Amino acid sequence: MSDSTPHGSQIPAEGPAVGQDEWVARHAERRLLRQGPLGQLQERLSRVPWWASLVLFVAALSLLPAVESSGYVRRVAFDTVLYMLLALGLNVVVGWGGLLDLGYVAFYGIGAYAYALLDSDKFGVHFPTIVSVPLVVVIGAVVGFLLGLPSRRLTGDYLAIVTLFFLQLFQTLMTNGDSAFGHNLTGGPNGILNVDPFHLFGHSLVVQHQGVFSVSYYYVAIAFFVLVFVALRFVNRSRTGRAWRSLREDPLAAESMGMPVNWLKLMSFSFGAATAAFTGTLFAALNASVFPLTFYFVLLITVYTMVILGGSGSQAGVVAGALIISPLLEMLRDTDKSRVIFYVALVGGVALAFRFSRLLGIVAGATLAFGFAVHEVARAFDHSWVAGEKASGFPGVTAHWVVVPAKLATWIPPTTYIGLIAATLVLTMVRGRLRLVLLVPTLYLAAFVWENVMLAKPEPARFIILGLILIALMILRPNGLLGERRVEIV
Amino acid sequence: MDTFIQLTVDALTLGSVYALIALGYTLVYGVLKLLNFAHGDVFMVGSFIGYGALQLLGGTSSPNVPTWALLTLITLAAMAGCAVLGVAIERFAYRPLRDAPRIAPLISALGVSFFLANSMQLLFGATPRNYDTFSLSNGALYFKGFDIGNVRVPLLRIITVCAAFALMIALWFLVNRTRTGKAMRATSFDREAAAMMGIDIDRVIVFTFVLGSALAGAAGVMFALRVPTQVSIGFIAGLKGFTAAVIGGIGSIPGAMAGGLILGFAESYTQGYISTKWSDLVVFSILIGFMIFRPQGLLGRADIRKV
Repeated sequence: MSDSTPHGSQIPAEGPAVGQDEWVARHAERRLLRQGPLGQLQERLSRVPWWASLVLFVAALSLLPAVESSGYVRRVAFDTVLYMLLALGLNVVVGWGGLLDLGYVAFYGIGAYAYALLDSDKFGVHFPTIVSVPLVVVIGAVVGFLLGLPSRRLTGDYLAIVTLFFLQLFQTLMTNGDSAFGHNLTGGPNGILNVDPFHLFGHSLVVQHQGVFSVSYYYVAIAFFVLVFVALRFVNRSRTGRAWRSLREDPLAAESMGMPVNWLKLMSFSFGAATAAFTGTLFAALNASVFPLTFYFVLLITVYTMVILGGSGSQAGVVAGALIISPLLEMLRDTDKSRVIFYVALVGGVALAFRFSRLLGIVAGATLAFGFAVHEVARAFDHSWVAGEKASGFPGVTAHWVVVPAKLATWIPPTTYIGLIAATLVLTMVRGRLRLVLLVPTLYLAAFVWENVMLAKPEPARFIILGLILIALMILRPNGLLGERRVEIV
Repeated sequence: MDTFIQLTVDALTLGSVYALIALGYTLVYGVLKLLNFAHGDVFMVGSFIGYGALQLLGGTSSPNVPTWALLTLITLAAMAGCAVLGVAIERFAYRPLRDAPRIAPLISALGVSFFLANSMQLLFGATPRNYDTFSLSNGALYFKGFDIGNVRVPLLRIITVCAAFALMIALWFLVNRTRTGKAMRATSFDREAAAMMGIDIDRVIVFTFVLGSALAGAAGVMFALRVPTQVSIGFIAGLKGFTAAVIGGIGSIPGAMAGGLILGFAESYTQGYISTKWSDLVVFSILIGFMIFRPQGLLGRADIRKV
């Protein structure tokens, strides 16, 4: 950000001449990319107006309950829309403002708690929804503004620590708020129960209809999503939005052009906080309860992964990120589904790495042979080493390949897991034939660890995958799937 | 008065642990200008390595070696293990991002932190691990010691604080009195200029991670000698160490020590005299106070921006 001082950046050999913009210099290259059938399709797609894409997307979302009647799927879809809203809000701060706000989910919590206090039996207050929701949004924006105040002079790092500490403080306050000066304000770890549902157009929204997740909240969430998406899009296209992006690229240059840098930072903070608080009301109303631990580090990392995966700075991107990560995390809870995901990812990753060349066949064949050999040897030694397998369904396919002992000795999980990490790291360092030779046992070890260690504990395993996605993305594709290409300043 | 002495002893122990963590942040920030979010989790891993080494040496009830050797060995094991971990993190998560925009390594660091915490959770679960130092040589570490008034200062506390200060002094000598230290200071001052003077930047950075992570490992063992350790301590400890580094002036070694002690005292006295629940609030207020009135910290230099 601010540190792209002249000696900090390296000029690529075939890069633009000094004083020429990279975007301009690469124009002809991009034109070439758009030829061919795929390129033309991309070109066509890029000409679809944004509102048409939005309408199509929202129509697809709205039709989901019509084709899928399972309450579980509807609930997951609802959560995904909530994640989209959260990702849109975080995109304002991280993607447009370029500020690392690690207290973001605290504002989500503030929104949920504020709604819960305004509409529940806790203090016997029951504001109408049409009043309390805007009020909560204002509260979120104001708290965001106040938190930004001490950080406004500071660079990204200090902002990160203040906001992260703010998240921790929010936790402490909510958890210990049941005995603040002798009053029970927040219900402590037990949270606030019996929060009112939304009351719109003379009806109270029901969560469950005949035991199945009702669609009413789903449609309200979609309405929220459209509202936030369009509003933020207009903000981004405004003077303020342009100013944010210039602030993100180079705060010093922005300041010397006369932009009110501090004010802009605070605004981006406020917009993000308000969006999160807005989403929080929906969360509290649907669950009819709020607990402090919902709004913590895990949620923060989840939303960050969505924004980074989709591409920070692009609204469509962060929505896509939420659309991928949220169902993925949900499926990883389930042993069979996560097994399918793992093998698809493993095979797909290897296939992509070798670009379907002859080597792919060799590696795949060698890995299969290696697996069968190890399995046979293990069975010959001691039958209990392969006795932990299920023979039916998808596991049946892998049953004769991966060794699954009936009972794992305590030393096996740490050794194999750390061994797998070490082997993967070594793989990135060696080249040529050695890499191919090492790849085969590493792939097998990965399958072994997955079947024996990770599947046994889906909860940390899901989050390990999230952390890995985050690290790998930052290194391999920091602009995500649809992110704006950052214009390098030469 | 007795409470006061008790709390002061506690504050010194806690403060020296925080100071050791803060030193790791400050060292890395000095050479890389990167806030290493994963540092708190390295600290947590260190406390687990110490526990593992303790079990390998026979546990506290029937150790295979004398007490002093036991304590030294588990600390060294944790330091070595954490140093390896720190080097791996630098090599694979931060080095590819050295020329990326400022926000990229920060997000990568978040990912590493999350990955480490959950990996430990996966392998060792959420149960607290107790070093059980009380059963070492029939509680000698607790019953021996010296008295201030009516308060007995246990031997374990004295050893912890002395060891922490010895490490800090050793670090100070290393940075200020040796060739390697000179290279570190030069790199921290201006990385490009240092490279032009023939300093191997990669080696200096790796060495910095070795130092910082080893200190975190030692801090992990010292922490776990006091209270049982568990996976979730990494986040909080990292946050506190981080705050201590910022309060003392990030990039300054004496600053990190001062910041850690300030934090230890603030927390200990708040917990003793006000309430155990609100110590986070007090620490946060101190942090905000520094952000507003002295953003460069106690002993840090104000950042001069080059255009």
